[in-house]
Amino acid sequence: MRGENAVLGAAGLAAFLALGEAAPRLGLVEEAYFPPTSRIAEALVDELSDDAFWSALGDTLTGWALGLAIAVGAGIVAGVVLSVVPHLREATASTIEFLRPIPSVALIPLAVLLYGTELRSVLLLVVYASFWQVLIQVLYGVQDVDPVAEETARSYGLGPWARVRHVLWPTALPYVMTGVRLAAAVALILAVTAELVIGAPGLGSRIAVAQTSQAVPEMYALIVVAGLLGLLINVGARTVERRALAWHQSVRGEVAV
Amino acid sequence: MLDVRGLRKVYEGSGRRVEAVRDLTFTVGAGELVCLVGPSGCGKTTLLRCMGGLLTPTGGEVLLEGRKVTGPPPGTAFVFQEYGRSLFPWMRVAENVELPLKQKGLGKARRRELVTDALESVGLADAAGAYPWQLSGGMQQRVAIARALAYEPRVLLMDEPFAAVDAQTRADLEDLVRGLWRERGMTILFVTHDIDEAVYLGERVIVLSGSPTVVREQLTVDLPAERDQLHTRVAPRFAELRTHVYEQIQAAKRGIAPQDTPETQDALAKADAPPKRDALVKADVPGDPDVRTDPPPSR
Repeated sequence: MRGENAVLGAAGLAAFLALGEAAPRLGLVEEAYFPPTSRIAEALVDELSDDAFWSALGDTLTGWALGLAIAVGAGIVAGVVLSVVPHLREATASTIEFLRPIPSVALIPLAVLLYGTELRSVLLLVVYASFWQVLIQVLYGVQDVDPVAEETARSYGLGPWARVRHVLWPTALPYVMTGVRLAAAVALILAVTAELVIGAPGLGSRIAVAQTSQAVPEMYALIVVAGLLGLLINVGARTVERRALAWHQSVRGEVAV
Repeated sequence: MLDVRGLRKVYEGSGRRVEAVRDLTFTVGAGELVCLVGPSGCGKTTLLRCMGGLLTPTGGEVLLEGRKVTGPPPGTAFVFQEYGRSLFPWMRVAENVELPLKQKGLGKARRRELVTDALESVGLADAAGAYPWQLSGGMQQRVAIARALAYEPRVLLMDEPFAAVDAQTRADLEDLVRGLWRERGMTILFVTHDIDEAVYLGERVIVLSGSPTVVREQLTVDLPAERDQLHTRVAPRFAELRTHVYEQIQAAKRGIAPQDTPETQDALAKADAPPKRDALVKADVPGDPDVRTDPPPSR
C-alpha cells in the first residue's frame, strides 16, 4: 500500500514536470514568462554553484530559525503563565483575539521604520506571525490536563512547579508540537516575504533581483528552492513530533493488549 | 488514626446547590481495613476526596493522626478508579511508580529499591520498562497500587479501584489488596459500590445513606482473617452479612425518592433501619462492647 502510494506520488510529480516542459514548448504559454522545466533545472544547477545563492539561503534560514526559536520560547512561556495564573487568561483573551488576526505583513512599514533592512526587520515579522500559532496551541494544550492526573499528582504531594513539569507540560506537548509545526511553516513564509518586500538579504531579495533583471528561469529556480525548504521543514517537524510523542495515542496507534 | 467529624460538603455553582454529604462522623483505627459502601451517587467519592485533602469540606473536619487535613497529607496514598487516567502515559511503569518518591526527596538507591519491591509485590516485576498503555486494565491498576505501596503510606485511600476491571481480575486484585494489607499493616479505607466486595475485603463495613449522605450503619465483619474467593464467599456468615448490607443499601435507596423532603428522608431512614442485634453486630462506635460479646464464628 505504501509502495503503491509512493509510485503514484512519483508518477504525479513526473507528469506535472512533463506538463511544465511541454506547455511552453508547444506554445500554450509564453515561454518568456513560463520557461520549460529543463530551463528551470539548468538555472537551479547554476544557482547551486553560486556562493551568493548559498549566503542568501543562509540568511533566510538564519531569520527563519532565530525568529521561530524566539516565537516558540515566548509562546510557550506566555501560554503557560496565562493559563497557570488565575484570571489572567480571561483578562487577556480579548486582547489576544484582537492582536492575533493582524496580518504580519501589515507590520512591514513599522519594521522598516524601526530597523530598515536589517535582520531584525525580518525577525519582527517572523516572530509576530509564529508567536500566535504557538501561544494558541499552548493555551489549548494546558486546558487539556486530565483532572484525574492532576489529582493524582496533588495527592502524591507534587507541588505547583512539579505539576507543571510532570503533568501540565507532557499533556500540552502534543499541542505545542502542532503549534511549532504550524509556526515553522508560517515563519518561512514570513521570512521570504520580508526579504522580498523589504529587501533584507536572503532568498526573497534574490527572487526580487532575478525578477527585476528579467532572469526568469533563475527566479523560478529560487521559488523551487523556497518550496523545497518548506517541504523539508515540514518533514523535519513531523519527525521531531513522532520522536517526542512516541507515547501519545496519535503516534502509538492502537496497542494490542 | 483517621477521624471524620461532622463532615459536610455542598457543591455550589450555576444556580444549583447540591448537598453531597450532609453529616458524616466515623473513625478508622490504625491498621484497619474499612470498606465504605453506599448506593450509587451517595457522595462516596466526595468523602474520600475530602479525606485525601483534594477537596475542602464545607463543614466539619477530617483529622489524620490528630492533625486536621487541609491539603494532601504526606503519608497518604490514593488509588483512583480511573487507572488509565491516573497513570501518566508519557512515563514508563517504573517511572510512574518512582515519581512520587522523587518528590519525597529519597535517594536514587532507595527509590530503586522501593520501586522494585512494590512492583514485585503486585506481580509486575517484568513490566517495569513498559508503558502503562501497553498493559491490560488489571495490570494498570496493579501499577497504580504499586505506586501507592512504594510511597510507603500509613493510610491508603482507594476510590472504587476495581469498578472498571473484569470480574476475574477483580477477584485477583481483591486478594492482592487483602494480602498487602495483612503483610504491610497499613490503614486502608476502601470505597466501593459492590456489597460482596465490601464484605469480602473489609474488617468493618460502613454503610452510607443516599445523598445527602450520613452514616447509616457500621458493621464489623466477623469473618476469619484468612479469606479466599472460593470458601469465604459461600460461607453462611458471608451470606448473612451481605444480605444485611444489601437490605441496608436498598432501604437507603428508597430513602432518596425524589418526592421526599429531607425530613421524611430522615424519618424513612430511621424506620427502615431497626437495629438487628439478634442476627448481627451493629457497631455504631468502634470498640462497641457488643462487638466482643458476639462469638466470632469459624475462627
